[in-house]
Amino acid sequence: MTTAPKIRLSGVSKSFGPKHVLRGVDLDVSPQESFVIIGGSGTGKSVMIKCILGLLQPDAGSIEIDGRNVLKMKASERREVMRRIGMLFQGAALFDSLPVWENVAFGLIQGQRMARRQARDIAVEKLAQVGLTADVAYLSPSELSGGMQKRVGLARAIATEPDIIFFDEPTTGLDPIMADVINDLIIDCVKKLGATAFTITHDMSSVRKIASKVGMLYEGHLIWHGSVKKVDDSGNDYVDQFVHGRADGPIRMPVKKA
Amino acid sequence: MKFVAAIGRAVLDFLPAIGRLAIFTATSLSHCVRPPFYPRLIGRQMLDIGYYSLPVVGLTAIFTGMVLALQSYSGFSRFNAESAIATVVVLSVTRELGPVLAGLMVAGRVGAAMAAEIGTMRVTEQIDALTTLSTQPHKYLVAPRLIAGLIMLPCLVLVADIIGVFGGYLVGVYKLNFNAATYLANTWQYLETLDVVSGLVKAAVFGFIITLMGCYHGYNSKGGAQGVGAATTNAVVSASILILVSNYLITAIFFGK
Repeated sequence: MTTAPKIRLSGVSKSFGPKHVLRGVDLDVSPQESFVIIGGSGTGKSVMIKCILGLLQPDAGSIEIDGRNVLKMKASERREVMRRIGMLFQGAALFDSLPVWENVAFGLIQGQRMARRQARDIAVEKLAQVGLTADVAYLSPSELSGGMQKRVGLARAIATEPDIIFFDEPTTGLDPIMADVINDLIIDCVKKLGATAFTITHDMSSVRKIASKVGMLYEGHLIWHGSVKKVDDSGNDYVDQFVHGRADGPIRMPVKKA
Repeated sequence: MKFVAAIGRAVLDFLPAIGRLAIFTATSLSHCVRPPFYPRLIGRQMLDIGYYSLPVVGLTAIFTGMVLALQSYSGFSRFNAESAIATVVVLSVTRELGPVLAGLMVAGRVGAAMAAEIGTMRVTEQIDALTTLSTQPHKYLVAPRLIAGLIMLPCLVLVADIIGVFGGYLVGVYKLNFNAATYLANTWQYLETLDVVSGLVKAAVFGFIITLMGCYHGYNSKGGAQGVGAATTNAVVSASILILVSNYLITAIFFGK
């Protein structure tokens, strides 16, 4: 018996003027799976995640979460779905005007109308889960290093105990040790919550560590997907070139002359 | 031919921009009257727009009142009409200079800051983060600012009116040697409720314009630091122009008989 997909994309297309970023993407993500999308810069990874989150409206296709097409939902229904989703942004996207604990508790206070005191206790607990002490809770995001900001972003993503967590380039801009720490935290948090994880990255060490399934996006198409164990032996020239980071191969990087 | 094409292009760019602004305004206004409300955020914005603008608005008002008294004296003394100075000062300040100058100063201070703050939130994905945290950005970011602008600008202008008239009084009494009681009597004699009310109505409209332009340009900024800079400039310039245009329209409605 096959389980119904947690996330399903069918024929999703998105263009910006003459530029076709997504060209009919089909994708299924099973419950509790950690699906990682790889691909070079500008291949549409971020656009895909933004379409799923409702930050961008696709031109065509459907996006289902738990079997319901989110593109046809009313705003209030959509907000209900969003309550079960967490997101870690590439630059953490912490709110500068709020202290760390309020950033972490934001979804609880604003989204779930929880009392501030109770939300603060949960925020401190979530910060501890990502390895940050309670004294960090009262700092401003600008006082934190990049790695700490990512941890706070992760604590915010898991604060509402979501079913699905999205990670947008979680290790970009971090040193290799901190990147590995963040990868471990992602695995740990996702496991504890029993959540489905959807990550976009071009960091192959991150892919090998956190993914159970991998898909590659190229020129708006999902050109390959399969188990992470097969990523080094995919039989796809594009995937091989990307995974091994070779300049020679079918993928041509657009480089402008100086 | 190129000239005509340029005009056509400008018109085609302008019309969708008007549409986008209209949709943004309607969406924001609808969120101003629908719960949930954010009293904490509204309070913070009221403090930012009202209290922290007091020094700059007060300084502008006092020197405007002082200059007005001096200039009126140099003109009116030629016709032996010095007694009209107090009336000219109070009417000019309450009807026009108080709201317009306070509006322009607040546009420079608050409108720019709003555009920069919201613009930075846009380019650093903080606005996207709001959406993913089940929070409507218009309701959380724009509505509190619009409400605070609508309430605080009239308060600021009321203070500016008092300080401006006081500036005229200082010059009239201590420099031009008018009798203090006579100056005050002349100030009150021709002042009508409508003079003050029209100024306060203008202030409310200007408060709305300033916050709307700050939020709109910040919300739609793109392209990193340069985009945020452009949004800030556009917010101040568009708010200033709209203040001057709407000032004429409101004056025409109140006094254009």
